[in-house]
Parts: sequence; C-alpha cells; structure tokens
Amino acid sequence: MNLLDVRDLHVRIGQSHILHGLSFGVPSGGVTGLLGRNGVGKTTTLRGILGLVDRTGLIEFEGEGIAALRTHEIARRGIAYVPEDRDVFSALTVEENLRLAERPGCEHQYDLVYDLFPEMKARGAQRAGTLSGGQQQMLAISRALLNGGNRLLLVDEPTKGLAPLVVRHVVDALKRAAEAVTILLVEQNLSVAHKLARDAIVLDQGRVGYVGTVDELMGDPVLARHHLGLSSGGGER
Amino acid sequence: MNARLRFVLALAGIALLVAAPWIGIPLPPIFSEPLSAPGTLNLLALCFIFGALALSYDLIFGFAGLLSFGHALYFAVGVYTAAVALARWHWSLPQALAFTFVLSILLPLVIGAVCLRVRDVQFAMVTLAFAQAGSILVMQNPFNLTGGEEGLALGVNALPAFLVGVENTRNLYWLALALLACTCAVGWWSVNSAPGRVWQAIRENERRVAVIGLNPYLYKLGAFVLSAFLASAAGIVYLLIEGSASPDITTANFTLALLVMVVLGGVGTLWGAVLGGIVYEYLDFRLVTVSGATQLQSLPAFLRVTLSEPLFILGVLFIVLVLFVPGGLAGAVRRLNPAFLTSSGSQ
Amino acid sequence: MSTIVLLFLTGLGLGGLYFLVASGLSLIFGLMRVLNMAHGALFTIAAYIAWQVTLPLLGGNLTLAWFAGIVVAIVAGGACAFLLEVFLIRPLYTRPIGQILVTVGVALAAVALVEGAWGEDMKQVLLPAWLTGTVRVLGANIPTSQLVIAAIALLVLGALVLFLRATRYGLVIRAGVENRSMVEALGIDVNRAFTLVFVIGGMAAGLAGFLAGTFFGEIDPARGTSMLIFAFIVVVIGGLGSVTGSAIAAAVVAIVQQFLNFYAAPGIGDFSVVILLAAALLLRPRSAEAS
Repeated sequence: MNLLDVRDLHVRIGQSHILHGLSFGVPSGGVTGLLGRNGVGKTTTLRGILGLVDRTGLIEFEGEGIAALRTHEIARRGIAYVPEDRDVFSALTVEENLRLAERPGCEHQYDLVYDLFPEMKARGAQRAGTLSGGQQQMLAISRALLNGGNRLLLVDEPTKGLAPLVVRHVVDALKRAAEAVTILLVEQNLSVAHKLARDAIVLDQGRVGYVGTVDELMGDPVLARHHLGLSSGGGER
Repeated sequence: MNARLRFVLALAGIALLVAAPWIGIPLPPIFSEPLSAPGTLNLLALCFIFGALALSYDLIFGFAGLLSFGHALYFAVGVYTAAVALARWHWSLPQALAFTFVLSILLPLVIGAVCLRVRDVQFAMVTLAFAQAGSILVMQNPFNLTGGEEGLALGVNALPAFLVGVENTRNLYWLALALLACTCAVGWWSVNSAPGRVWQAIRENERRVAVIGLNPYLYKLGAFVLSAFLASAAGIVYLLIEGSASPDITTANFTLALLVMVVLGGVGTLWGAVLGGIVYEYLDFRLVTVSGATQLQSLPAFLRVTLSEPLFILGVLFIVLVLFVPGGLAGAVRRLNPAFLTSSGSQ
Repeated sequence: MSTIVLLFLTGLGLGGLYFLVASGLSLIFGLMRVLNMAHGALFTIAAYIAWQVTLPLLGGNLTLAWFAGIVVAIVAGGACAFLLEVFLIRPLYTRPIGQILVTVGVALAAVALVEGAWGEDMKQVLLPAWLTGTVRVLGANIPTSQLVIAAIALLVLGALVLFLRATRYGLVIRAGVENRSMVEALGIDVNRAFTLVFVIGGMAAGLAGFLAGTFFGEIDPARGTSMLIFAFIVVVIGGLGSVTGSAIAAAVVAIVQQFLNFYAAPGIGDFSVVILLAAALLLRPRSAEAS
C-alpha cells in the first residue's frame, strides 16, 4: 500500500485550470521525485495535498482520506511541509521558529536537528529574517524534521538559489532524513533529484506524464528530453 | 421575460414617473398623501437622488472593485460648493453650477491620485480619512463659509423662481428624475465601454491587467473621478430640494449608509444599486414617521427605542443580508426568475 | 516652555487612547485580514455599559466606582467582541468583503442602538477628586487624568508585548501575522487565535471607551466613530500587525494634533493628521501589504 495516494486531483485558481485530474501514488520509504518543467504544477500539487489551495479529488494518507480535513488537521496526521520560499517567520528567532513547530504528543527531535544543522543551535537567538538563504533552508527543513510523528515530508525545491557547498549539505541532510521518513521531493535540479530520489513522477501541463524510476528516466535521452526538456544526455539543464 | 416586453414595461414605468405630478391617486400605506401631493413628490425626488448616488458608488465599488469609505465626501462637495456659491457669494445658479462641476472633477482627481497609491484595506482607510478631513473642515466653518454645525441655508433670492416654493415641487421632482435618468445613462454607457470593461477586469485581477500593458492606476482614477462627479451632481440637486446644506451628509456614517444601499440592492448590477438607494431613503424617511405613531407607544421601551432608530433597523437588515442574501435585492430577483438577466454588467 | 510640556504630556494621554483602540485593530487586521469597522462600536457600547452599571455607585466611593467602571468596560468590550467574532465574523471567513460589510452593519446598528437607548446627547462623567486635579511637571500643570491614562496605556503596551513574546499564543499570533497558511501547515489551528485576538482587541477598545470618558469628562455616541478613524490612521502609519508600531505612531499622531490645534487653530490639528496619513502613504506606500 502506498503511503500517499492521490486520485483525480483538480486545482483551479481563478480562471486557470492548473491540475487536470492528477493521479499518482507515493510508496512508503525513501524519496520520490516530483519532476517536470517550469510551471507544470508541481508546487500546486504539494499545496493541494495540504489543502492550501482549493481542490477536488481523492487524497489518501496511510489509507485514510484526508481531502475533507483542514490544513492543520492534515499536518497533524504526520505530513510536514518545506515550501519553495522556505516561509520561515522572519520576525521570530530561530529558536522560536522551531518551538512554534513543536506538535503536542510528539517527540521533539532537537538532537537530530542540531546534529544535522549545528548552525541552528548556534544561531538560536538570531532573528530568522537575518539568516542567509541557505540557513533559512536549513531552518525550514529542521522545522519539518522536528516532530518525531512526521511520516511524510513534502519538500519543494530545497536547493533553489543555494551555493554548491550548501546544496551538498542540504542533500546530505535530506538523505539522512530519508532513512526515517518518506519524502516527496519537487526538484528542478536534476542532479540533486538523481542523487536523492529513487522513483520519479513527472508532471506535464497539470497531468502525470511519466512514472518510473529516476535511473530509467535519466538513462533514456528521448524520455528525458520529452518530459524534462533536456538536451541530449541527462544531467542539469 | 423577453427584451421587447421589458422595454415596453420600462417605457411605461418612465412615463408613469414623469406623469406622477398629475396623478392624484392615494397610495396608502406606501405614501401618506396622494401621489401628486408635494409631500409625496418630495419624498420621491429624494429617493431618486439617493438612487443616483448609490449608482455612482456602485461604479467604483461594484464594477472597479474599489471599496471606498469616503464617497460621501463628493456628495458633500456638490452640496456645499453650490451652497457656498449661492448663499455666501451670491452667484447666479449657472455660475454656481459651473464652479461646482469644475471642483467636483479637480478634487477627486487630486484625492484619488493620492488614495489610489494604495490598495484594498489601506485604500478604504485612506478614503475614510479624507472624508473625515472634509467633515472636520465643514464643521470648523472656515471664513464663516460653511455654517459649521448649523449648516448653510439658501436665502430666498438665491435660486430662480421656478425652483422655489411648494407649488414648484413638481419642477424639483422632474429635476431629480432627470438626474437619475442621466446618471443611469452615464453609468450604463460607462460600464459597457472599453474603460468600463477594464474596470471589471481590474476588479477580478489587477495584476493581469497590468501584464497586458494597461495602467490600472489610470483606469481606477478614471472610475474614481467619474463616480465622484456623479455624486456631486446628485449633491447639487439635493441642495436644491432641501434648500440648505447640513453637516450630516459629511459624516462617515453617511458613506457607510451608501455602502448599505448598494449591498442592499445588489452590488455590480447598477439597477440594483438604484433600487437600493430608493428603498433605503424611503425606509429612512418613513420609519421616522412610523415610529412616532401611537400604536408604537404601547410597546415595551426596548422595542420602541430600537424601532425608532432607522439606522438600527437598516444596520440589522444589512447584517442579515450580508450573512444570508449576499446578492441583495437584485440577487433575490434573479433567483426568483432565472430568465431575468441584466443587460449591463451582470456578474 | 510649560506650554510645550503641557501639550506634549496631554498628547501622550490622547495618544494612549489612540493606542488602545489601534492596537486591537492592528492585531485583528494583521492576523485575520479583517477590517473591523465595528471596533468603534465596541468602544462606545463598553463605555455606556460601564457608565450605566456604575451609576448607582456614584453616591458612594467615587474611586471605587471608577475602578469598577474600568473592569466593567474591559469585560463588556471583550464579551461583545467574542459574540461578534463567533457569530458574525467566523461564518464569513470565505468572504473577506462580507466580513468588512458585516462589521459596517454592526457599527451602524450599535451607534443607533446607543442613541436610542441613552439619547443623542452626551452623558457627564463623575470622577473621583484625585483625578480632577492637576500635577505640576516641569513648570506645567498637567491634568492628573491624562497622566493616569498615559500610564495605563503604557501598562497595556507592556502587557501586550509580554503576551506576544512570552506565551505560545503570542508566538502563534506573531507568526500568523506574517504568514497564516504556513502556521496552519505546521499543524496549528489559527482560528482559535482569531477569537483570542478579537477579544483582546475588544477589551482594549472597551478600556479606551471608558478612559475616553475620563479624558473628555463625558461620553457620547459619536466619539467611537471618530476615534476609529484616528485609530485607522495610527494603524496605517505604525504598520499593520505591529503593536509597538501602533504605540509610536499613536504618540506621534496625538502630539502633532495637540501642538497644531494649539499653535495653529482648533481643528487644524485633526485636519493635519489626515495630511500626515497621506504623507506617510506617499513616502512609503508599501508600509504593509494588504494581502
């Protein structure tokens, strides 16, 4: 049984029909990549799962329907979100950002977080708005990992705009995290996706275009070009 | 209800309204006097003015999507500018009118240019602030122009003879009817024009309009100035009917009452706003008379108190409307008769 | 010199009133994105209920009556705010314009109700002797009531800041003002914070309504609306969602108002505050995004 099942997901924003009956499953364990060109609806899919946008369709988490629940109830079921813009609370300190993320009834894994990202401990009293992009990303991931009860992480382009050294740090952290939780990863950076994800779901204009493993996808230049807009040969654009 | 039938009915309705001063039928309990009586004509004229005023507000709120809390200011500009010109400076009516028209374009141009620099809630607050400034200015009675709290009465000789006196109420009635007709015409024409369609596009999604290459700011300013001008025109006629200017019309409460009128009638339908304005003014007028009626005296104090305050009833009615009937009267009519679609600016 | 001190300190007193009204408005708007036009109604109703309830006490200890009035006003403001939020605001959370409109309806109906029940004319406020005197500060005679009001406002500011910084709800509110949906994505039900913020705003507005009676020596049905408008100006200048911003802006606005009303002409100060608002918006139009 899949950890997450999405069936016939439709999202309309204003006059635009962004997701056209999306259906896919995320198996338990490891990292599943949600790939595709710019603007196909990857971020919207994550937001749709959480109920942050109006949507219709069936969404099942661990076998139970969650589409009718409010966002905070969905999150409490054990789904954490690392958004594209990080969305850390800039007026709050790093420590307050983490404290806010604490969910009652869960184990709060500060040890794990501080082990992965020692800077979070060092900069505890610093206002999150003054952190660098990379540090904010670490904070966003820390928030998601804090609660031991989280079983699924929705991660949206965690390496966007980061320096290569920071990218490596983030990738290592996510790899370690993936040992304990399942991750649905949206990534434009295909080498990152290749390093982290095993399975791949490729979106195309609001629909599922391809389902398979990342190896298969990257190994076939025709497939790669068709679905990801790559020039011949895999790798980054 | 097909278009031809609607047209004939509308024509008949207009003819009826024009002929009212000659139709002496009593219409209790709607009016306490027959239709052609000066009292009834006066009430109808006021209703027409408020209908026109409500329509002017629907232009910016219902069509351009600008929630202004300061629209009353421009109505007051019409009233007070004309009053000052006639009563204090002793200008002739045409001179006063010309001056008021100019001011009622320049003032919203300047104020709108400032207010429209912000959007949504901040815009609402800034428009409210400017209206309040106007109210304060009027109450301060600078240079003894506005008459402060007591208001400003037009002297006996301020107006030409055909507009003065009970026997000429019918002239004022027709003037108000003409105002309403002209305002409706201008309103209908403007929302169906190219700029009018841009207003509605702005209301839906301003960013998209900017992306196309149009400057939303200029279009919003245009809507702002046009609606202010129409409000000032209504203000001038109001002055002629009332014979004096009073600071009541400069208060924030008054703009809020405008909002009630438009929502009551149905936002974004023009005719709904007119209906809302007419119904509101009618209720406001009649409820005061009703509350003085002897039957009410026997009710318990609490009920008597609340029913004697028209704004209380209107406020509660408004709340009920917003909660349960968001489309207003126009929405209710549409629901009763789905074939009855408005030709102008249906949402 | 003593005039300047007088104007400055009475400005702080008036600013205290503005702050009490504006702080609630600012939080309500910052967190809920609701423009609460009924805030002035909370101010007025609380003031009248407090006046009515303490009326029988005026034959005895006036100080006791005054303190009782404060308590009643705070409770009345909070209770009315609670009812307003639960029964009128919450059902309309999908219709933000509807929420503003419903508060407009409440504002109109409430003022009309007060006028109907207590009359349009003002009601005199009877103050204990120690509040009617003056205090000598730097050569100027400052009405004691104004200093007391400024002090109370400062206390409330301190309490609010403490609440926001030291409690979990305060944390949720501070984060929610910035990004409501992310707070929800963390598993926190922001709606509960809404009611809390509304009630806090109502209590502060109620307190302001009562203290305005102390400040002006009388209460009347129209003051709430004019206070609301000044509060709007303070909120926009101080920044939506910022309590400390409201405090500073309230002081600045009130002091400017006092000085101009005295040195220029009565009413010019009120008028110029509006100009101040326009200037603030022209100079930094992005002081706070509406959405």
